[in-house]
Amino acid sequence: MTRLLKGAGFWLLVAAILFYLLFPFYYAVLTSLKSGSAVFQVSYWPTELDFSNYVRVFTEQPFARNILNSLLVSFAVVALSLSLGLGAAFALGRVRFRGRSTLLLTILGVSMFPQVAVLSGMFELVRGLGLYNNLLSLVLSYLIFTLPFTVWVLTTFMRNLPGEIEEAAILEGATPFVLVTRIFLPLLWPAMVTTGLLAFIVAWNEFLFALTFTLTNTQRTVPVAIALITGGSEHELPWGNIMAASVTVTVPLILLVLVFQRRLVAGLTAGAVKG
Amino acid sequence: MTSDLTRARIRSAWLFLAPMLLVLALVAAWPLARTFYFSLTDAELSRFGDYGFIGLENFLAESRGVTYGILADPLWWVAVKNTLLFALVSVFFETVFGVIIALVLNASFPGRALMRAAVLIPWAIPTVVSAKMWAWMLHDQFGIVNDALLRLGLISAPVAWLASSDLALWSVVAVDVWKTTPFVALMVLAALQMLPRDCYEAARVDGIHPVRVFFHVTLPLIKPALIVAVIFRLLDAMRVFDIVYIMTGNAEATMTMSVYARQQFVDFQDVGFGSAASTLLFAAIALLTVIYLMATRADLGGRAR
Repeated sequence: MTRLLKGAGFWLLVAAILFYLLFPFYYAVLTSLKSGSAVFQVSYWPTELDFSNYVRVFTEQPFARNILNSLLVSFAVVALSLSLGLGAAFALGRVRFRGRSTLLLTILGVSMFPQVAVLSGMFELVRGLGLYNNLLSLVLSYLIFTLPFTVWVLTTFMRNLPGEIEEAAILEGATPFVLVTRIFLPLLWPAMVTTGLLAFIVAWNEFLFALTFTLTNTQRTVPVAIALITGGSEHELPWGNIMAASVTVTVPLILLVLVFQRRLVAGLTAGAVKG
Repeated sequence: MTSDLTRARIRSAWLFLAPMLLVLALVAAWPLARTFYFSLTDAELSRFGDYGFIGLENFLAESRGVTYGILADPLWWVAVKNTLLFALVSVFFETVFGVIIALVLNASFPGRALMRAAVLIPWAIPTVVSAKMWAWMLHDQFGIVNDALLRLGLISAPVAWLASSDLALWSVVAVDVWKTTPFVALMVLAALQMLPRDCYEAARVDGIHPVRVFFHVTLPLIKPALIVAVIFRLLDAMRVFDIVYIMTGNAEATMTMSVYARQQFVDFQDVGFGSAASTLLFAAIALLTVIYLMATRADLGGRAR
């Protein structure tokens, strides 16, 4: 009897946790599928399947363009971070040299910067380079958090690779460049995918720089576009549209995370616990 | 011979590091140094580039018996208080919920893999989306939270969760807890899965109550990982911007140090003053980072090859 009770208690806890974690998104989907004034009637179960909010998000504003912007920026940031990070991770993970620990700690320190602390300096840089209201300003500024993180996680993975293959390659006369591109890169593919995904998510979600360094609707990324969806007045926010936009940009992300969940967890723990 | 090889290897290591270091110098060191410098000037956004050095006046100054500057601004101290409250309360609840969820995930039950995946969902949802979703759920007239509480008879009238100055900060904290608990849960779960199984067998054979086992065996063993996760989360919470700004804008009741700094910089166009606020926030976080690095240094040293 107590065992039965304990079992029931456990499943109740599981249900409560799942409800807590998943309900908000379920409710966002529910709201996004309502039409017109039905949005303002609270309901707990799906009452209708109306896609007009989704249509409106794409017709009333350049939301497709915003998605394209986010994709372009995120892919560019991932590509840059990975290519710069791989070489650095080789140096930091496989070579013993003076000042290595200090360097690693400095890089970790950079990832702790509050974004606001570089805001005015970065704004000056962006303006100086003529990149204000240009997506390149976002690519440049996002490197401040994706690069230290990429270097850190790739270094952790790089360290855990066996040394024998490397020694054999060196005896064969492989140059460091060959070593990195022919030996380590193939071994590090899983780590590269993990790190790339995490960097992609960070870049996709970034808000403060995107809000400050872009000005026009067509240059905005997805988070800024969603934050700035407005209605006729302060009190008439088009919640149906906002929820439709939110669901649109979140579903692909959730699918990505579910497919790669094991790897993502490995990357997250490598980035934080060991760092 | 060997030392020649080693030397060549070290030289190539620096060659591989150089591009990354150059980029970091450009996007991190330089902007940070400029922000520090701007904090000592009267720079303004509308006439960027035309500014003069004014020393520490942005921080604190006195003129004809009136003190001004950030440290004399009551709103700054409100922001400091809000930031600290936000960070401490949200990290406390994240840790408690995170540990509970991690313990559940560490038990073996059918559907565990599915639940482990589900836990990642709030973490994967963009902050802007979480903030908007919750702002909608907490809407004073049409929100489902008020509707549910009214139906359950827990409240007799709708509550203005985000508009009331007493509740707004706690509403934002609740959203942050929801969003970041998965992160703590995953960190703790990783630590739990590395625990030796034999002492649990022994405890079970001895018939020790699971709660006692948790506090006397599990908690001490996962403490190092927990401390790292907590400090990591604290640093993150100290610089919170997105969630607060999207849910309540520049409202005084929820204003954090980041929101204050950005308001000075963008809305009031006062680059110098905004930079000074940013510099103070940076100093606070740098202090915490040093503590964090000291806490993890042992791990780093142990793993050096």
